[in-house]
Amino acid sequence: MAQLPSFALDFERPLLDLERKIEELKTLSGSGATDFGQEIARLEKKARRLQSEIFSDLSRWQVTQLSRHPARPYFLDYIEMLFTDFFELAGDRRFAEDASIVGGWARLDGETVLVLGHQKGRNTKENMLRNFGMPRPEGYRKALRLMRLAERFGKPILTFVDTPGAYPGIGAEERGQAEAIAVNLEAMAGLTVPVISTVIGEGGSGGALAIAVANRVLMLENSIYSVISPESCSTILYRDTSKAEKAADALRLTARDLYQMKVVDELVPEPPGGAHRNPDETAESLGRVLRKHLASLRSLAPQALVEDRYAKFRAMGVFGRR
Amino acid sequence: MAAWFSKKPRISPVEAADVEALRQQPSRMQGLWAKCDACNEIIYRQEIERNWNVCPLCGHHLPWPARVRLQTLLDPGSFEEFDTELEAQDPLGFSDSKRYKDRLRTTARALGEADAFVSGMGRLEGHPVSVGAFVFEFMGGSMGSVVGEKVTRLFERAFENRCAAVVFNASGGARMQEGIFSLMQMAKTSAALARFRSVKKPYISVLLHPTTGGVAASFAWLGDVVLAEPKALIGFAGPRVIEQTIRQKLPEGFQRSEFLLEHGMVDAIVPRRELRTRLGALLSLMG
Repeated sequence: MAQLPSFALDFERPLLDLERKIEELKTLSGSGATDFGQEIARLEKKARRLQSEIFSDLSRWQVTQLSRHPARPYFLDYIEMLFTDFFELAGDRRFAEDASIVGGWARLDGETVLVLGHQKGRNTKENMLRNFGMPRPEGYRKALRLMRLAERFGKPILTFVDTPGAYPGIGAEERGQAEAIAVNLEAMAGLTVPVISTVIGEGGSGGALAIAVANRVLMLENSIYSVISPESCSTILYRDTSKAEKAADALRLTARDLYQMKVVDELVPEPPGGAHRNPDETAESLGRVLRKHLASLRSLAPQALVEDRYAKFRAMGVFGRR
Repeated sequence: MAAWFSKKPRISPVEAADVEALRQQPSRMQGLWAKCDACNEIIYRQEIERNWNVCPLCGHHLPWPARVRLQTLLDPGSFEEFDTELEAQDPLGFSDSKRYKDRLRTTARALGEADAFVSGMGRLEGHPVSVGAFVFEFMGGSMGSVVGEKVTRLFERAFENRCAAVVFNASGGARMQEGIFSLMQMAKTSAALARFRSVKKPYISVLLHPTTGGVAASFAWLGDVVLAEPKALIGFAGPRVIEQTIRQKLPEGFQRSEFLLEHGMVDAIVPRRELRTRLGALLSLMG
């Protein structure tokens, strides 16, 4: 389960170094001393080549690292870039407010939707508040409260998944972590409004699925979705956390893997170098895919939406017959 | 008597002189004698089995094989098994110290079970039930595609027959060897359960030792009534994971049935010997 991500993206470094050099030359050129135009052009070409070299063939472990990149756009960033009039709604009305899941009303192209997603923090203070994006039962119960609210008002639900997993702690267990997740799974299966879930970063097991029983499940190109983190899997299988790379391969957890296995409906392309290199372009790309699926789901009647979702998940699984 | 007896591994009779050596051993069952995990007493094995694998001396609940549980709790001769043809595959080509395919084959051979769930139709104190039980010995009762499909079909049969559903849960959670497909079984089973609710027949979930992870966090905790056997370990995260996360020792009794009852997370703790009558009473009350 939740292990803190390591942020050392070694494979990005050569590119970043080169880009820094280009910036320096540009500054020097700008100051008028010498014209480095040709050299800059040469290096920019080299940078593009290097970028496509690095990113055209990422390993599963590299994708895992990208999915947890500290500069990667988080749910609140997408709210700002994609939606207007966001009105946050807090609390589960049972025990507490859990800031690792954020939700509320918003508009997409003027139409009201309910948005809901895991939220990670970028620094220690934020991560204390957001609990590293690991919800406690209150988070799931707030999510459920908001989804029921959306259903009552006939508004579509857009969820955004980005969590290492549900929080494994004493209080979380005392207050029914497993029960909270279970209730969401069943409740989401029966929702009579369109539900679209997008994995924008980490899709950590049951803690992710608890807000992702949707009519359409989308994944950003460099996101992951897995039954167990590669680190935990490695601990269990190889008794060694350092084999996470191997575990990532064994689990086949990247967006591309899941698309090939027909577990997700569509991949959302990210700009070259990953979402964090150009958040606006990523949001635009995500917006296009969301609008397309939302439009097709809006034409379905309430019961048809339930049936559509049921058929999707009923078909999940691979088994043989003797 | 049922064939499971002969299929139990590691049966070797133990001489009385070995009793002291056996007392030191961690294994529960060995030959004619068995050792209770809790009171450490050596007891004549038949005596334990006659007592539904509950220690006659201290009342400790030892594991009880799924088939024996079903045969014992259901009305005599009423159990008809379904979905026996389902067979696990290896969609990821998964391998650790062993290939998943080989692990499946050797486990199936050793236990005489195709996967970690036995299910079918039967009668409980006269009430027709769509019923199933986890085979915990099969890869920790982990839920892959076959278990998920069998549980789903259990709810579908209950829906079609308009009868009650009863599940005896004992599982470590999702089966990681099947990756994302095992995670999706949580959604599939819960969706099937959502559909079953419309017939307004009871779904009773019995939580056995241990029930954790993806099974706890889906249908196991969604019973209209949730019962637990005494002292079962039940929760979302396993104790080791929690200890590693919070870096402190967990309190005594944490995540045990009694703890859950106290925290309002289960309806009742039912000793195994009372299960049949208590389940019968519920089915009768809830009609």
